[in-house]
Order: sequence, then C-alpha cells, then structure tokens
Amino acid sequence: MADQHPIHLHVNGTACARSVQPRRHLVDFLRQDLGLTGSHLGCEHGVCGACTVELDGQIVRGCLTLAVQADGRQVRTIEGLSADGDVADLQQAFVRHNALQCGFCTPGMVMAAKELLEKRPQATRAEVREWMSGNYCRCTGYHAIVDAICETLTARAARAAA
Amino acid sequence: MKAPAFDYARPRTLAEVFALLREHGDDARVLAGGQTLLATLNMRLSEPRLLIDITGLPGLADIAVRDGRLHIGALATHTAIESSAVVAEHAPLLAQAAPHIAHRAIRNSGTWGGSIAYGDPAAEWPCCLVALDGVVHVQGPQGARRIAATDFFQDLYTTALQPDELVVGADLPVATRGDWFGFDELSRRHGDYAVAGLAVAARFDGAVATRVNLGFLGVGATPVRPRRTEDLLSGQVLDAAAIEAAAATLKAELDPVGDLTSNADTKRHLASVLLRRLLGAARAGRSALAA
Repeated sequence: MADQHPIHLHVNGTACARSVQPRRHLVDFLRQDLGLTGSHLGCEHGVCGACTVELDGQIVRGCLTLAVQADGRQVRTIEGLSADGDVADLQQAFVRHNALQCGFCTPGMVMAAKELLEKRPQATRAEVREWMSGNYCRCTGYHAIVDAICETLTARAARAAA
Repeated sequence: MKAPAFDYARPRTLAEVFALLREHGDDARVLAGGQTLLATLNMRLSEPRLLIDITGLPGLADIAVRDGRLHIGALATHTAIESSAVVAEHAPLLAQAAPHIAHRAIRNSGTWGGSIAYGDPAAEWPCCLVALDGVVHVQGPQGARRIAATDFFQDLYTTALQPDELVVGADLPVATRGDWFGFDELSRRHGDYAVAGLAVAARFDGAVATRVNLGFLGVGATPVRPRRTEDLLSGQVLDAAAIEAAAATLKAELDPVGDLTSNADTKRHLASVLLRRLLGAARAGRSALAA
C-alpha cells in the first residue's frame, strides 16, 4: 500500500491539513474526508462534470485531480460559492427557470457557469451551450439551464453598464 | 471506478525526474495535467506503481517568441494557450484549435506537453504541430533532442520519445503576412473526440497559394499530412475547380481506419468536407484581403 502524503490546502478559505493516499481523488477527499458533499461524483472519468470544483480560481474535474495535487493550493466548492453569495443571482435564475430537477448535476453546472460569467461576460447563447457542453444533465434537456445562464449574463451586463 | 494504489513524487528538477524514471522504469508514469492519465487509471486500464508529477518543474510553462519561432513549454495548459495574446498573434491556428479541445474544466488542467507525449491521433495539438512543421523538444539523461513533429508521431500512441525522456516543449514558425490558417473538426458533440479534423497552414502570394500544409486528425494512426493533395494545391489559385480536384485526390490518398461510430468511407468523406470548407474559407479570406 502506498504511503500517506501530508497535504496543506485552503478549502473555501479555511486552512486544512490532512494525510491522503496518492490515489485519493480531490472530489473524494472533499466528500469523504471533509464532509463537503455538495460536489458530486458521477462518471469518474471526466465526462459528466458533476464533480467540477475550483482549483486556484479555475474549474477542474474533481475526479481527474488528485488530492495530493491540491497541496499548497486554494480549492472552492459549491458550499463556499453559495455561502459567499457570489452566484446568488445565478442560483435564483436556476430556480426561476426550473433549471434543475433531480439536482445531481446542479453544483457542477453552477461551478462551470460561474467561470463563464466571469471569463466570457459577452458570451452568446451558442457560446454558453459550447462552454456548458462539458456538464451532463439527464433531466432538464439543458434548455432551462442555458436560459438561466443567459439571463444572468444579461442582468450582470446591465448592472455593470448602470 | 477508483484508481489503483500508487506512489507519488513531485520532483523539483529534471535530474530528479530522470533518476526516478531510471529507478522505476515501466512502473512509473509521468503526470502533468493528468486529464488522460487519471481517467485511464480510474478505468484501471493502466496500473503504474509510481506517478511522477512534473508540474513542480520550474520554467516549463512559458509561451514566448525566440529567434523567430514560437516556443511553448510542456506545462502550458490548453487554457493558457487559448487565452494567450502571444499565441493569438503569432500562431492563430493554435488559438482557433484550442476551444475544440474537450471542455473548459479539462483545458484548465490538460497540458501542451501531455497532449504531444501521449500522441493521440485524434488530438488537436499533435495535428496542429504536424501541419505547422513544428519541432518537439525532448530532454533525457543524455541531453536534449529536437525532433520534427512529422517524425515524432510514429504510430498509434507511439512517438519518438524514449522511455527515459521527457517532452519539455515544442516550437513552431511564427505567422507572417502571407499566411492563412484554419481549423475545424466534426464531432458528434462539442468537446468529444472528433471523427475527423483538419488544420490548414497555407501561404499566399496574392491569390496564389504557394504552399498549403494540411494536417488531419482522426483519420489514421498518427496525424496525417496528405502530401499528394498538398502538392496538387501548391502554386494554385484556390478556385472551385482546384478545390474539387484536391478533394478527389484527398479521397484517393487517405486510408483511414474506421472506429466505433464511423467507418473508413465516412471518415474519408468527412475529411473531404473539411477540406472543401477550409479551402473555401481560405479563398474567401484572401479575396477579402485583396478587395
């Protein structure tokens, strides 16, 4: 059995030190070692996007990132994002548009959409679809999700212009 | 599934990487962005004893022009390339191709060097490098080597990289005024591996294409340069007749291997569709410049 590796990282702004096996995925570490079960585990090979979290300010696949690779770095999860209110407008738009049904994909969707809102504030509907193509939803048919993101983009642009 | 147990090392120097590779040989795998490797481990298609994480090596993520060539370090992520002003100016082909690579979360981690070292014939970077006559830089305990991209990709997932060597970067010619670049691919869903894709690096003198480099992905065991089709196009005005003649030659020249969803004929057809589209776009782009 491989040795445990000590890691020190910040999760949602809180410093945290643990020992992990190298095989431990970041998403399993968050869920099982830290009890942060908002990030979900779907396909476990990088296809579905349910495990999307932020590492040093950029979204990554929690199942294609090892916990040891997060050593010395900043992780943010849907718990941190929700608590900070950074995506409150997006979350309200999701509710308004019925952009979630079972909700399994929603944390990953919100994490991915957050980076889109920041990095591509001018995104067209087609660009939103393209950006979100890395996240699967088996309930909604995507239309409502894209609606919610587009509405948030428009509202933020209007606020920025005001 | 979960990955099998393995050990993990994060060396800070190339010498340490080479020492680990020498000590562990085939039991070790190099980890960069991990976007292919970790999926492979999760599916237990590979069970290495040790992962050597090279992301702590300094100076390997640079993107810079030196001596008239654009150098991109192995650890530059796809996103870094996609959003680089230097790349947009000097290698527009890469800027066009980057958004086709998987999805944003994967592009944020996956690396230039990882894509090159893995040598997937359906991947974008190997295809672009081959179309651009790029040069792969590798380093090993015996020293550094530079290998033309057209020689580097040898067979399916098989490259000129020796087991004790590391891809440290690659360089390519910077774009000049007469250059036109185009990239497109056909996939069932955005971000999926493409059924076929094409990178075009053409040079024009007025309306005449003096050189047309074509790099195809997804239609062979390596990225493919169809030399007969390229030769046919060089020195031509890319009018409808020239494009049709090139498409016919391309179909005769390509020898694709079918996959789960697309047989060889489909791939041959889609390759010719891409060729028509991009050469048509090149012609339109050049006429717009002339007008």
